[in-house]
Amino acid sequence: MNFPILSSLILLPIVGALFLFFTKDKDGNNLTAKYVALFTTIVNFLISIYLWLLFDPTTSAFQFVEERIWIKDFINYKVGVDGISILFILLTTFITPLCIVSVNNTVKNRLRDFLIAILIMESFMIGVFCALDLIVFYLFFEAGLIPMFLIIGIWGGPKRVYSAFKFFLYTLLGSVLMLVAIISIYWISGTTDVIKLYELGIDAKYQNLLWLAFFSSFAVKTPMWPVHTWLPDAHVEAPTAGSVLLAAILLKMAGYGFIRFSLGLFPVASEVFTPLIYTLSVIAIIFTSFIALMQEDMKKLIAYSSVAHMGFVTLGIFTLQQQGIEGSIIQMISHGLVSAALFLCVGVVYDRMHSRLIKSYGGIVTIIPKYSILFMLFTLAALGLPGTSGFIGEFLILMGAFKDNFLVAVIASFGVILGAAYMLWLYKRVVFGKLVNEDLKQMVDLNRSEYLILTCLAVPTLFFGFYPEPLFNTIEVSVSDLINMHNLNIASK
Amino acid sequence: MENLNLILPEIFISLSVMFLLILGVFKKDSSKLIFNLSLFTILISAIITINETYSISRVTLFKDSVVIDPMASLMKVITLIGGFLVLVISSNYLRVFKIFKIEYPILILSSILGMMVMISSNDLMVFYMGLELQSLALYVLATFNRDQLKSSEAGLKYFVLSALSSGLLLYGCSLIYGFSGSTNFDVIANQLNSNEYALTFGIVFILVGLAFKISAVPFHMWAPDVYEGSPTSVTLFFTMVPKIAALTVFIRFLYVPFINLIDQWQMIIIFLSIASMIFGAIAAIGQTNIKRLVAYSSIGHIGYTLAGLATGSNDGIQSSIIYISIYVVMNLALFSCLLMLKRNEQYYEDIDDLSGLSKNHPLLSLCLLIILFSLAGIPPLAGFFAKFYVFKAVIEQSMYFLAIVGLLSTVIAAFYYLRIIKIIYFDKEKEKYDTDHGIWLKFSLTFSTILILLYFIFPSQLIEVVSRINII
Repeated sequence: MNFPILSSLILLPIVGALFLFFTKDKDGNNLTAKYVALFTTIVNFLISIYLWLLFDPTTSAFQFVEERIWIKDFINYKVGVDGISILFILLTTFITPLCIVSVNNTVKNRLRDFLIAILIMESFMIGVFCALDLIVFYLFFEAGLIPMFLIIGIWGGPKRVYSAFKFFLYTLLGSVLMLVAIISIYWISGTTDVIKLYELGIDAKYQNLLWLAFFSSFAVKTPMWPVHTWLPDAHVEAPTAGSVLLAAILLKMAGYGFIRFSLGLFPVASEVFTPLIYTLSVIAIIFTSFIALMQEDMKKLIAYSSVAHMGFVTLGIFTLQQQGIEGSIIQMISHGLVSAALFLCVGVVYDRMHSRLIKSYGGIVTIIPKYSILFMLFTLAALGLPGTSGFIGEFLILMGAFKDNFLVAVIASFGVILGAAYMLWLYKRVVFGKLVNEDLKQMVDLNRSEYLILTCLAVPTLFFGFYPEPLFNTIEVSVSDLINMHNLNIASK
Repeated sequence: MENLNLILPEIFISLSVMFLLILGVFKKDSSKLIFNLSLFTILISAIITINETYSISRVTLFKDSVVIDPMASLMKVITLIGGFLVLVISSNYLRVFKIFKIEYPILILSSILGMMVMISSNDLMVFYMGLELQSLALYVLATFNRDQLKSSEAGLKYFVLSALSSGLLLYGCSLIYGFSGSTNFDVIANQLNSNEYALTFGIVFILVGLAFKISAVPFHMWAPDVYEGSPTSVTLFFTMVPKIAALTVFIRFLYVPFINLIDQWQMIIIFLSIASMIFGAIAAIGQTNIKRLVAYSSIGHIGYTLAGLATGSNDGIQSSIIYISIYVVMNLALFSCLLMLKRNEQYYEDIDDLSGLSKNHPLLSLCLLIILFSLAGIPPLAGFFAKFYVFKAVIEQSMYFLAIVGLLSTVIAAFYYLRIIKIIYFDKEKEKYDTDHGIWLKFSLTFSTILILLYFIFPSQLIEVVSRINII
């Protein structure tokens, strides 16, 4: 097929944003803008579904590859997908329309600009997941900082300036080292084309330093302990839609980067640094779970739980086992759905009561029952109850970890218990208990759009919990080939 | 007979300057006419430059004291275009301050003439002549708003310090002449005996002089004061045009006569580069005046340009030239925005005056947003590519330390650019500014912003032009 389907996925949101740019900005409820944005993103979602249907899961080769000369004799614009990246593209195109629906209640001023930022963000995120050239990847990876900075800074909460700066500078600092590494790779191997680099391999003596440079960028973005501190700040201050994008998709860029680049390009170094990753992941899982237990702010609690969940992801990736990596990917997808839903749930009560503190709620189950049921579902999914997608990921990761390193797996398993503790305790304090705060009685249950969004997220969470086969089908061959290639590389060294 | 066609642009400008001076003396109220004629002059000389010299690979004239090569022709064109745009967007500003006089365009023309001589120089004497011609014009330009104390102060400061550096430079020239027996670059290159330590002294003195002209740390002290005190349109000129010429001389001086002494000067350039990058980034953080901030940021940007020079490779030179070209465009855009901050016949230049600009002037703020992110070097804007090429060249020579320091200083620098964006977008709005700007001002802002924004679609074109430059 010659139609440039991936490029159109990347470009379509930008076209939509341009269109919005030339419409008039009205104050208040700007329906036209919202419909345009919604339409664009839904079309994008349909295209990506179509892409998934066309996708051939029996091969690990990159599909729908497009290549164009970009900077002569230097960089080619190259995109393509394999079983790993296609799921992230789907996740992106699925979450973005939901974000746009959710802005109904949260964003009051400059709605049009907000939608433009979200659309541009979407296109960069899709770009990250299908870039097959290191420099193209870097461009998309970094460019995403601009809209996110604005989303946090313009539409965020009271401490938004601090959070936006922290977010921007942390990530930039991590990424510049990756840029040095990418340019070095160009001079070492003569190309930045990922497929060619997979074939050529990179000389083992350079791998450690290069791996560390990439790690510095991905670790900040993941975020791994101890460079996770930007995340709670950014999450708390960002508007709901921003938090959703951040948690559901932005964090996955790093996990994806670990699989695609750290494992794929630097197999030797990945072996060398596995203990480092294990240590940091386990610390992240246990330590941030304890921090989450202590939180009084709901958004902050979920933010810390994200750090813990991403700890599982990094742990799973570096087990270098089929189960571990598959588990990580599924965990990322599931976390994308669940954390998005949890942030939306917090957004729902915040819109009504303008408080994110846990102690200002309690006993709302009788007042807003529909909300309580959906919130329950996502709480259970977050702690990994069997039957939700969260379970599959965590289970596989732990399985992979047990194969590789017993001690680490045992410690990480405690994280599951802690996860259950803080999520259930959060739920108990917010939903059950005695109704102390009289103002809560005026709360209304979910309106139509909120109901729609949360249901949209609940369906795949449950569906993939019971029947994860479509996900496995898509990633299986790619992951097993990745591991085979890795083992071959290690054996030949 | 020499081929005079090749220096036709210089001849044309010098004749025009004389003619315009005479015209200005004899015709009353002719400032507008002279202004337009100067624009016309610049335009024509740019066309002649392209026409006569574009396809020439390397020709020397006047006993090898003047050289015409792709670098000279490209840099001359950039200088001319820069000068043209500065002139064209400064007319309103000058009118507001009632300094719309005949001297302004003539001084700019003569400094451009000096720069063109510098760019083509292949001889220490010719180079010095060009340098002094442009400097003299610049001293007067800095004090152009003579009723303002700050402007006079700026001019005087610039004059004293610049004269000092010229003295050092001249001393370096004499040392080099003494030990090599010639002032011609090519001859020096052949006569060179690297065991002469005095020669190294000569190089150092000349480098100090040149570093002063491009305001590299530690010879930057004049820049913030002069930039702040001069009229904004002159500051724009300062930040863009003289740097192009000085950079060209820098390249030619290091790479033609002294390429074999690279061990001697490489460390100096690396030091200048690192010091400028770090100092420019840190010192800009505390600034409240936009022009001062631009001064420090331009110090930082010069640091990146020098990083390309320090590599000692053709790639490095080319990347420096790409950097300075993109930097010129970004600066032009930034100053176009600055010149739009006018309310009731008064210009505002404090960072706080930008507060909440995005509410009242969404398009202007969007342009500023793009420009500032580009200056900070965030992809996919042009500023990123400028840095990218430089670091690509630097890493090619395995100078990892320089690359890492440079990239880390971009993170520090990002902080103050973000601070401006924060003030524009996150803070409370102030009164509206005027919106009746001249067509040229709007044009230059739109044009340069679009160039910055869409550079990533066609990045090869600039590289192709620059890749013809082969100094080594």
